[in-house]
Amino acid sequence: MSNTLFDKVWDAHVVRKIEGGPDVFFIDRHLIHEVTSPVAFLGLKTRGIQVMEPKRTFATADHNTPTINQHLPVEDPLSANQLRALEENSKEHGILHWGLGHENNGIVHVVGPENGITLPGATIVCGDSHTSTHGAFGAIAFGIGTSEVEMVLSTQCIMQPKPKKMRINIVGKLNKAVTPKDVALYIISQLSTSGATGYFVEYAGDVFEEMSMEGRMTVCNLSIEMGARGGMIAPDEKTFDYIKGRKFTPKGADWDTAMEYWKTLKTDADATFDKEYTFNASDIEPMITYGTNPGMGMGISNQIPQSDTVKDGKATYEKSLSYMGYEQGESMIGKTIDFVFVGSCTNGRIEDFRSFASIVKGRKKADNVTAWLVPGSHKVEAQIKEEGILDILTDAGFALREPGCSACLAMNDDKVPAGKYAVSTSNRNFEGRQGPGSRTLLASPLVAAAAAVTGKVTDPRELMA
Amino acid sequence: MAYDKFNILKTSAYPLSIENVDTDQIIPARFLKATERKGFGDNLFRDWRYNADDSPKVDFPLNDPKYSGKILVGGRNFGSGSSREHAAWAVYDFGFRCVISSFFADIFRGNCLNIGVLPVQVSEEFLQEIFGAIEANPDTEIKVDLQNQTVTLLSSGNSESFEINSYKKENMLNGFDDIDYLQNIKGEIQEFVKTRPF
Repeated sequence: MSNTLFDKVWDAHVVRKIEGGPDVFFIDRHLIHEVTSPVAFLGLKTRGIQVMEPKRTFATADHNTPTINQHLPVEDPLSANQLRALEENSKEHGILHWGLGHENNGIVHVVGPENGITLPGATIVCGDSHTSTHGAFGAIAFGIGTSEVEMVLSTQCIMQPKPKKMRINIVGKLNKAVTPKDVALYIISQLSTSGATGYFVEYAGDVFEEMSMEGRMTVCNLSIEMGARGGMIAPDEKTFDYIKGRKFTPKGADWDTAMEYWKTLKTDADATFDKEYTFNASDIEPMITYGTNPGMGMGISNQIPQSDTVKDGKATYEKSLSYMGYEQGESMIGKTIDFVFVGSCTNGRIEDFRSFASIVKGRKKADNVTAWLVPGSHKVEAQIKEEGILDILTDAGFALREPGCSACLAMNDDKVPAGKYAVSTSNRNFEGRQGPGSRTLLASPLVAAAAAVTGKVTDPRELMA
Repeated sequence: MAYDKFNILKTSAYPLSIENVDTDQIIPARFLKATERKGFGDNLFRDWRYNADDSPKVDFPLNDPKYSGKILVGGRNFGSGSSREHAAWAVYDFGFRCVISSFFADIFRGNCLNIGVLPVQVSEEFLQEIFGAIEANPDTEIKVDLQNQTVTLLSSGNSESFEINSYKKENMLNGFDDIDYLQNIKGEIQEFVKTRPF
């Protein structure tokens, strides 16, 4: 029988099928952070049950952590309380915990792959919708709610109906200055924020085969923004090279056994999908969003669509543009901006900082721009320094902050003020996402760099040799 | 943890005729800092419901005294974005037991089912009829019958059936939750663990 990559991994994790109901679905590796886990631990306590498989859960602090002065006590008492709860709960249940300042600390979806927690063919969950990131390695990875965090802690399983299957192919070669972020924003603009709801996506075709692991993570990360529970890419030599030798990757004979299995993880030639899309790489240009959901994106040289051409209702669309302070038919090029944020689980990896540095090198930060450059982890931070990227950034008038989710979601001190515009490499441009009243333009690190040195929305191709 | 049993709900409803309502609107991230499940209803739709100085926005439906009830009716693609279960907790804590929309985001739908809030998906036409009926008369009642999987607009008598898997339906009718189920098959799960290579 012919199976998809998704079928192979899913079916290998079904403990029990319930007639007319969900599957009892086994989770290999569980990531937790300070925000969505405390109530789950409280639930365990109330029920008087222990964590069943503590070695399969990994804790890191990221969401409400400050990104400066991490060596000092956290000032916000509520944040400090959640961070303490994560540490104490981890300790009580024998769970590995990477708190603030730990060399392995960072954003949960950055440190998972870095430390070999993320593996092909594994099932990975976390109380965070961007868990889809880990699908880049051929894992089934998705976000869960706190009730499900409690299920995984107590029984290493959740109850999930099997999603439908979608394949998205992108064929051909990407244009200049078109990054994995642009590919993802393009797909979401085509499918809308609900276009893949109910589906699990496999990304296939030339573009993803040629893409780096960092790039694949960016694309899979954004799967949730078109409604998909997750997205995945078949593991290949790049995947195996990336994971080999990492902290929690199997070693020796275990590695050889695992490799034999991992090499079978691809969609069979005659397997079928419930839905399939194919796009041409050449149609994609650097992208930017103009509205209040990630589906409201366009090529940077285009004009904001008229309300009668969009899929959403007119009232919802006009409300969105009004929030942003933009008009239908306008160009985004030349729009003044106030903040630039480079970081997050979407674009906080080494490649993203290389990309940003390639444009700011030899230029200066615009005076009207406040820039927050936030590495996804201490490992990324160290690499930025090792590769000399920090010097380029410093010469151009930028400073590097300490790792964390930072301005992606306005849970910590890094908030964009009301009415201000931020070009952000993160994942959501929802109303108030980066602070009450803030206005977010989602884009790639290249577009963010072009904005950071010019103080306005600028086509990065104009600044590239 | 057992929650309230759900059988028949007959009540008026609050209308929120906006599409793509994301969970950052339902509850902004800055209100996710509690370590207990308490008080989230106060911050339900915080930035749509209150001005920056914490005064209520009078035209927002949740602040409008003419509306009442235990059902929230939302536009298409309700609950997209973040997986925060706090969004479902806020909906519950405000007093809602059911959300009606023409389309739900996956994770939000699952979170609702896990805490005893029933997500009811209806056709876009029926959703618009419900919005119209509430606008015409805010006291309009809606009857949601879980056993029979029907939702009825009592002013017109028009009705639609809705989908829910039989396992979750039994859970909601009886107030059971998934952990009860999983705890009962723990032996089977422990056997399964032994087969996992990593």
